[in-house]
Amino acid sequence: MSFFEGTDFWTLAVIAGLTGVTIVTRSFFFFSSEEWALPDWAQRGLQYAPIAAMAAVVLPEILLQQGQFLQTWMDARWMGAAVGAAVYFWRRDVLLTIVVGMLAYLPLHLLLGW
Amino acid sequence: MFFKAENYRHPAFMEAVRDLAPQAPGVAAWGLMTGVAMVNSGLSVVEAIAMTLFVYAGSSQLAALPLIVAGAPAWVILATGFCVNLRFMVFSLHLRKYLMHLPRLERMLHGYLTADMSYVMFTKRFPNPSDDPAEQLTQAASLAGNTFIVWGSWIVASLFGIFLANAIPTSWGLGFAGTLCLVGILCSLASTRMRIFAAGVAAVTAMAAYNLPLKFNIIMAIGVAVVLSMSLERFLKMREGQGA
Repeated sequence: MSFFEGTDFWTLAVIAGLTGVTIVTRSFFFFSSEEWALPDWAQRGLQYAPIAAMAAVVLPEILLQQGQFLQTWMDARWMGAAVGAAVYFWRRDVLLTIVVGMLAYLPLHLLLGW
Repeated sequence: MFFKAENYRHPAFMEAVRDLAPQAPGVAAWGLMTGVAMVNSGLSVVEAIAMTLFVYAGSSQLAALPLIVAGAPAWVILATGFCVNLRFMVFSLHLRKYLMHLPRLERMLHGYLTADMSYVMFTKRFPNPSDDPAEQLTQAASLAGNTFIVWGSWIVASLFGIFLANAIPTSWGLGFAGTLCLVGILCSLASTRMRIFAAGVAAVTAMAAYNLPLKFNIIMAIGVAVVLSMSLERFLKMREGQGA
C-alpha cells in the first residue's frame, strides 16, 4: 500500500466537489445577510426536525435488511438497539448505551452470525 | 469555530465538550469504520485522507464511494451527495436565527462544522435563539466546543481507520457503535409525547420510502413529521380551546 498508489486527479476533483456540496448544504441559509426571519409557526415547527432526522436515519438502519422489513426476529441489530435504548432510559447515559448495546450485539453478531 | 479565543476561553466551550464527551466513542467508532470502508472500497490513502479532512459528511462519503469506484459521472456523484445532505439545509434554516449576529464567514464555518450530532445536541441544549449579546456569545462558544469534540473524534478515528483498514474487517460490525450512539440521542430527545409522535411518523415514512433513490426518504421523513406534528399540535390546541 504505497501512499500515492492509485491516486488520480479525477477522484480528487470529485472529492473537492463533495467538499463544496458539504459547505453549500450545511451553510445554505447562513450565506445571505438579508434581514429576514422565519415566521413563528415555522420556527416552532422546526423544533421537530432534530428528532425526526434522528429517527429517519436510525430506525431503517435497525429494522430494515436490504430495504425490506426484517424477515426474522433473529437479528442482532434490533436486539442490540433495544438493549441500548433500555439502558438509556434506565441510566440516561449515552456512553453506557453504546457499551452495553455493543456487549449485546457483538456476541449475537460474531458467534451466532445474526 | 473552536480556534477563536472568545469561543474557546468561554466557559460554555468546555461545558459543551464535557456534554458531548459521552457521545465521542460512538462518533469515533463510526468514523473508524468509515475510514476502513473508504480504503476497502478502493480509494487510495491520499484520497481517503482528503475525503476525511474536507468532505466531513459520513453519509455522503459512504454514498459516494460505490459511485466513485464504478466511475459514475461526476455530476451524478455530486447530485447524490447533495440529496443525501439535504437535511443539512433544514438544519441551517433552523440555526439561522441563532447565528445571524455573526459575520458571514464565521456563521458559514459554524455551518460547515455542524454535522447531525452537533445540530441535535446544540438545539437540545439551547431550544431557543436569543437577542441578548452575552447569551449569543455563550451559544456560539457552546456550538464551537460541541463541533470541536465531534469533529476531532471523527477525524482522528477516520485516520486510524484508513491506516488500520487491513487489520479491521468491516464484518466485525464495529460501526454499529455509531448507530447505538444515535439510538441514545434519539431516546434523549424523546422527552414529550409530541416529539415521540414526530419520531414515529419520521421512522415510518423513512422506512416506507426507503427504496427512493438518493436517500430522499430522510428529507421526506423530516418534512412529513414536521408538518403532521404541527397540524396535530394545532388540532389539540383548538380542541382544548373548545373544551374550555
